[in-house]
Formats: sequence, structure tokens, C-alpha cells
Amino acid sequence: MSSISLKNVKKMYGNDTVIEGLNLEIKDGSFTVLVGPSGCGKSTTLRMITGLETVTEGDVFIDGVRVNDVAPGKRDISMVFQNYALYPTMSVKENIEFGLINKKIPKEERERRIKEVCEVVGLTEYLGRMPANLSGGQRQRVALARAMVKEPKVFMMDEPLSNLDAKLRAAMRVELINMHKRMGTTFVYVTHDQVEAMSMADDIVLMHKGKIIQQSSPAELYHNPNCIYTAQFVGSPQTNIIDGHLPEEIKLGFRPEKIKFREMEKEEGITLDATIATREMLGSEIIYSLDTKYGVLMCKSDVDMPVDSEVKIGVAYKHMYLFGADTYRIEFTDELKETISSVFGGARND
Amino acid sequence: MQGKNKTLDTCINVLDILAKLFVILIMAFPFFWMISTALQTLKETISVPLTLWPAELQWVNFVEVFKKIDVLTYLRNSIIVCVSVVTLQFFVIVPCAYSLAKYDYKAKPLVFAMVLLGQMIPMQLTFLPVYFMFSKAGLINNYLSMILPFISNPFGIFMLRQYFMQVPTEIIEAAKMDNASELKVMFKIMVPMVKSALITIGLLSFISNWNNYFWALIMTNTDSVRTLPIGISLLKNAETLQRWNVIMAGNLLLVLPMLLLYIVASKKIRNAFVYSGIK
Repeated sequence: MSSISLKNVKKMYGNDTVIEGLNLEIKDGSFTVLVGPSGCGKSTTLRMITGLETVTEGDVFIDGVRVNDVAPGKRDISMVFQNYALYPTMSVKENIEFGLINKKIPKEERERRIKEVCEVVGLTEYLGRMPANLSGGQRQRVALARAMVKEPKVFMMDEPLSNLDAKLRAAMRVELINMHKRMGTTFVYVTHDQVEAMSMADDIVLMHKGKIIQQSSPAELYHNPNCIYTAQFVGSPQTNIIDGHLPEEIKLGFRPEKIKFREMEKEEGITLDATIATREMLGSEIIYSLDTKYGVLMCKSDVDMPVDSEVKIGVAYKHMYLFGADTYRIEFTDELKETISSVFGGARND
Repeated sequence: MQGKNKTLDTCINVLDILAKLFVILIMAFPFFWMISTALQTLKETISVPLTLWPAELQWVNFVEVFKKIDVLTYLRNSIIVCVSVVTLQFFVIVPCAYSLAKYDYKAKPLVFAMVLLGQMIPMQLTFLPVYFMFSKAGLINNYLSMILPFISNPFGIFMLRQYFMQVPTEIIEAAKMDNASELKVMFKIMVPMVKSALITIGLLSFISNWNNYFWALIMTNTDSVRTLPIGISLLKNAETLQRWNVIMAGNLLLVLPMLLLYIVASKKIRNAFVYSGIK
């Protein structure tokens, strides 16, 4: 178990700065997920912690010890790669054992650990096989076993589930959560998939263009986004933003699932006229796109409505987010509530 | 219509087979001629019309070779030189190819250009400066003079580099996370992955060194260190009438080890050339 901390980290490739002034604290024993679109610097951040990538400026600490100049193999970190990166000329057992041999762990201890880990991930009967003769899921397990057997302080994973099919991916998510519970080790996980991040993390670090946008628990990220970027990154369909109707370039946001097909009391929220443009039936819920005079709004609801019907929709004040001109969250004051009420009105009071 | 098509197909097949036979004939006939001549009497080798196959096999020609030259000494020298060259090449080309394939450094284009240049300049242009250099260093007329100039193998470096480039970088990174040293990454992870390429390179290098007549001739002047090609060439000296049967018997002795080696390893060589990447 150990904590990780990055202080003022900068990374340049040639003359391109990909990460600048990055400060990140990863708590001891947490399951931290770095999430963001491709090219946001999440993998680079992970690789700087592992030591596979050098740090141009700033410091990386593991357990309070500066590790900038410590080789990757000496940082007591294990890593699972996206394409598993198994050694193709070694058997499953040799793959798992390689790191232990390099760490000069005695043979008996090695055998014991391999046996233990293989029982956990269910590889015992495949120990003699070559990686080429394993399925994707089995290779993934070998990669996990290879990482676990070293009993590292930190466990790193770079999009480890992206090569698996949807069903297997869901099963592996649960297994990873269980694994984290059992091992109690610090997990750092990189993904571009918000669902993966929300379902597994106890701490999410949302990144964009080499900067951390928000770091918080999944629930906090969903209920309390600190800017438009976060609000729109988490949740599907993404948060509705109404722009250009409030003074001082203030933007109004609310999640699709918060739109109700009913009018709101003046004190409770706003009511808008809308026409149902499209309807996507997903089973338990339906996604609508609604034409309003403020633009197209996305709505997620379990109420079944036909296309082209004219409806009244309501959004409660307590579900609204307000963002300033710089796209960051601003406080929802009574004064602003008045403004919103007067701009959007309540259809009922017109 | 169908009948016509069938006839056409048969014709094409026959032509195809004939063409292949023709090529095989061109390639194989010199070998056949060498074997045949090696087993003929002297009279048969010079009689007209040519003798395609001897009336009686003259194994005595081989005994003659052993009588005229010290085959075993030459053979020993050839083996020492070739094995040393191939072994040393392995330790030179693996790190070189690995660095060219997987590392970024300023001098890399220059190093790579020099490797390619080494492949392009023929031996006949470099032997003089090399000879002078070796002569000054007192390295003439011993094994080192035939081994040291060949411990780098530009073709091998180039080919191995292509193979190493196909190895996903993640595998190397995984090994680094597993606390493996550079040497271990190279020889425990990378080398086993390109085994067939290495066997091919080693074999081709062995053959070219085995057949190297020119270099051994200029770098040495005593029989005790000279290699088999020079020994065999002595068979045709000092006589007005060339005894082709004995010369060919000697040549057969010279190429026999290579033929055997090729037969044993031909599958590996084919694999190396039709290699489809590491998955």
C-alpha cells in the first residue's frame, strides 16, 4: 500500500508540452481512475508514475520518497498493459515467474506465490501453455497474475479491458473491484470510458488537455460537476446546456434525466414548450430529443410519448447547474433564480 | 467449351512443370557435374564426347585429395574461423540492431547509414587499408586476421533491425517493469522472439565465411592457419594437365558441410523469410 503524489509535473516531447503544472495526490489504498478523451495526458501521467516516461520538470513521490531517478523495475509497481504485453516465447508460468526471478526471490517462495495467484485468477490448468494458445480473456488473466504475483505497492492499469468483448469486460470490472478489495493495494487505472471509471473508481481524476479538470468521487463528479466539461463528460446523453439567454454569458445546464414531462410550480422550477423530435427506445428508459425555442434538449425518461407530440417539460431549480463565461460553475443565488424565472418564465404563468 | 478449357489448363500445367524443370536443371546441373567428375577417371574427364556418369566410381579420387593436401588442418582452421565469426557476430549485431530498432539517439541516422554503407562497399576496396592496419598491429597470418574484420555483419544488423521493429514496445516495457536489465531484455526477451531470423543470418554468414577465399588468401601465408578453400585451390597447381577429378573431389568435400547444414536448416530459413510478424 502506498500513496502517490505528483508535484508541478511537466512533460514535453521535443518542443510540445503535453502536461504542465500537474499536481495530483493519489490516496493510499484507493482505486483511482484517470479518465479523459484520448490525448488528454492520462496515459502519460500513468507512465510517468511507473517511470517508463521521464518527467521533464517537477517531482514524483511514492510513499513520500522522490522516485524521479528510480528505474521502473525498482519502484515496486506492477503494470497491466492494454495489449497485455505477454512474453510470447515464454509459457504462462514463465511469464508470471520472470519478474520474481529478476527480484531474486527464492524458488520455493516463487512456487508458492505462483500457485496462490493462479488459483485466484483461475489459471492453474494453463500454466504450461504458451500465450499464443490462450483466448483474450485468459491472456488478460495472465497479465493480471503477472502483476499480482510481485505483490507490488501500486498496481497500474492502462486500459486493460479495452480489447475484451462487452460481456467479458463487464465481468472483469467486477473481478477488478473484488481484487482491489482483497489486496487493499493502491490501484491506478487509466481509461477513456466514463462508465468504467464511474463503476470502479472510488476516486476519479478527470483530465483534459494535460490538465486535471476535477478530482472527486464518482457520485460527486456526477452530482456536483465543477465545469461544463465535467458535466458533459459524465452521463449519457450528455448534460444539456442552454447558452445565450442569460446575462453575463451565464450558461444553464441540467441532465437529460432531470427533465420531467410536467409543468413546474413557479417556485419549483421552469416549464418549457417542446416538440418530441426523435425517440430512442432503450428498454427500461427512452431517450428523446426535444425541439424547444432554446435549441434541442436531450431527455431521458421512462414515460412513453409518441414522436411529434407537443409537450410541456419542466426542470426543477435544484437540478440546475449554472456556469460562468469561463465555463466554470457559479453559485446558484436567489437573484439568479429570479433571472432564470423571468427569462424562461413558467409556461403556466404566461 | 468446358473440354477446351480443360485442355488449356493441362497445357498451362505442362508448360509450368517444364519451366520449373528447366530452372531446376540449370541450378542442379553444375552440382551433378561436380559429383560426376569427382567420381571419374582422369581419362573420362578429358575424353570427347563428355562422360556424363563414370563407368566405375573412382572413390580413390578422395583418397588422392587427402594425400595431396592436409585436409584435416584446413578443415579445422575453417571451422575455427567460421564458428568464431558467427559467435562474435551474434554478440555484435543483436545489441546494434536492438538499439537501431528501439532506441532514439542523435547519432542513430549516422550509425544506420554507416551500417548500410558497410553493406555497399565491396571487400576488394577495403582489404588494402585493413591489411595495412592489421600488419601494423602484428595481426597478419593468424586466425584473428580472418575473424576480426567480419565480426560485424551489416546485412544481419539490417535484417534483425526489421524484426526487432515488429516487436511491440510494450513487451520491452513490461520486462522493464519486471526489473529486467537491458541485457536480459535483449537476450531473454528479444532474441527468442527472432530465433528463426537469427538462424538464417548465422547460416548465411557461416556459408559466406566458409567460402571466403580472397580474404584468407591475402591475410595469411602459412598452411597452418589457412582455410579449406585455399587448400582445395592448391589441388590445381603445379601441373600442366589439370586433374579435374581430384579437384572436383576436393570441391565436393568443401561444399558438403554447407549442403548438409542447408538441408537441416532449410525450413528455418524459409520461415524467416515468410515471417508474418509477432502477434
